[in-house]
Amino acid sequence: MSINKEGNGYTLLFAIIMVVVVGGLLAYISSSLKPMQQANVKNEKMQNILQAIGLEEIKELQDSGLLTREKAGEIFNDYITERIILNYDGEIVAGSRKTNLDSISEKDPTDAFNVDVRKYYNNLTKIEKKYEEGSEEFKNALTEKGITYPLFVCEKDGQKYYVTYFSGKGLWDDIWGYISFKEDGRTINGSVFDHKGETPGLGSKIKTKVFNDDFLGKVITDDNNEYRPIKVIKPGKVRNDYQVQGISGATFTAIGDGNNMGVQRMMERSLVVYQKYFSSVKSTSIKTPVISDTLSMDTLQMVIDSTAVLAIK
Amino acid sequence: MSETKEPLFSKKNKKLISDPLNLNNPVTIQVLGICSALAVTVQMDNAIVMSIAVLFVLVAGNLIVSLMRNMIPTKIKIIVQLVIVAALVIIVDQVLKAFVYDVSKNLSVFVGLIITNCIIMGRLEAFALGNKPWASILDGVGNGLGYGLILVVVAFFKELFGSGSLLGFKVFGDSVAQTGLYSIGYEDNGLMLLPPSSLILVALYIWIQKKKTPSLIDENAS
Repeated sequence: MSINKEGNGYTLLFAIIMVVVVGGLLAYISSSLKPMQQANVKNEKMQNILQAIGLEEIKELQDSGLLTREKAGEIFNDYITERIILNYDGEIVAGSRKTNLDSISEKDPTDAFNVDVRKYYNNLTKIEKKYEEGSEEFKNALTEKGITYPLFVCEKDGQKYYVTYFSGKGLWDDIWGYISFKEDGRTINGSVFDHKGETPGLGSKIKTKVFNDDFLGKVITDDNNEYRPIKVIKPGKVRNDYQVQGISGATFTAIGDGNNMGVQRMMERSLVVYQKYFSSVKSTSIKTPVISDTLSMDTLQMVIDSTAVLAIK
Repeated sequence: MSETKEPLFSKKNKKLISDPLNLNNPVTIQVLGICSALAVTVQMDNAIVMSIAVLFVLVAGNLIVSLMRNMIPTKIKIIVQLVIVAALVIIVDQVLKAFVYDVSKNLSVFVGLIITNCIIMGRLEAFALGNKPWASILDGVGNGLGYGLILVVVAFFKELFGSGSLLGFKVFGDSVAQTGLYSIGYEDNGLMLLPPSSLILVALYIWIQKKKTPSLIDENAS
């Protein structure tokens, strides 16, 4: 019996078998490779956070090629001592404070590491369009959609650093970044930017050392402790403490379109929240005692018996 | 009926690999796959990986379609070819993400766009459907290499004059520190980073190619 290859029955049968075989094959390959892919993503996030802190010892590891994703996964908890989640007012969300003694459980929504800032970008922009930024309805909408701000705290050699994490839209797809601040909560100590689909050789340059190095030392508050957003300006111009250099040929990715696109807008909307937390921490921390400043050879006037006379300006 | 078995690398088979490199180059002569020639050629390493990915999909696709050529119903042959190409590209994407994560991040969306590369569908339809498996493999290799050749050549010039580097190594000096050639006022050409430069370079390539091989010039074209 010869099969009529052009008949409808054969065609239908062929199509069904093909779909089942291809579907099954792809599903199998996808699920067997998934653990490896997820480990890559998790370790990369740890690698980015560590790089963003801006510590010399990590830079050395990086430059000698030793800061692989696997290594980053191993040493992450040696540096990031605390993970917290903040709300729009810069307050710590209840139950979200984790230390490096708490392991990162993948399904735990109260762990700052698991907050996927890229996932809620669309909801965030809808809320921004609908309500006035900072109003009660705005904040309630954020809480309702579960939009929060993860923060990673690094304590090493007596110094504290804060690593912020936020996401936005580039020209083609998601962009995101980690910026670390010194203990003063205003000076940038390091940054890492990344993207999903920006143009290779243009927007993708937000990942380069040249772009990121320009952030070092810039500040997000002025002398009156008011928040001032970082601006990305056209390359080649002189920059002040609140400005960084953009990328030639990548205006939309770096500077933006005046609306929601770009690194500048991404930083502006997110850092305002983190700065609220930083200023609240500063005002509650006890200032280093004045005594050490006062009791020095410069201020010592004379010593009578056991009384020291000091001249304090 | 017995067929005379052709030796594996007979003259006819060797032509399957050599023709697409010059005389029948998929990009410059068949004018297929121009899209990725525009987009993925800003850096040489991306162009190289892209070429390898396309080569793999082309060879595997050609082989599978050729093996199945007597089974595929005519009514749905385009759909079947598309399913095969799409499945192969998804496999390539998943494997890259798992084993060479950094490379897959560099190529990002362009791996998925291999599905839309006309060269692949073009060769499946024009060759693999009507030829034996081994010949189809060779045709895939030839066209893949022909495509890769153009991509690498275009990327070479675009990276050199657009970023001052080759495969990431700075060739003219450091543009930020103003050393080397940059100290006398040389600057990287921004147009070289954009798609139009690829069109110009491909056109120049076609011009030189046809000058060297006069038989390619269409006598009837005015």
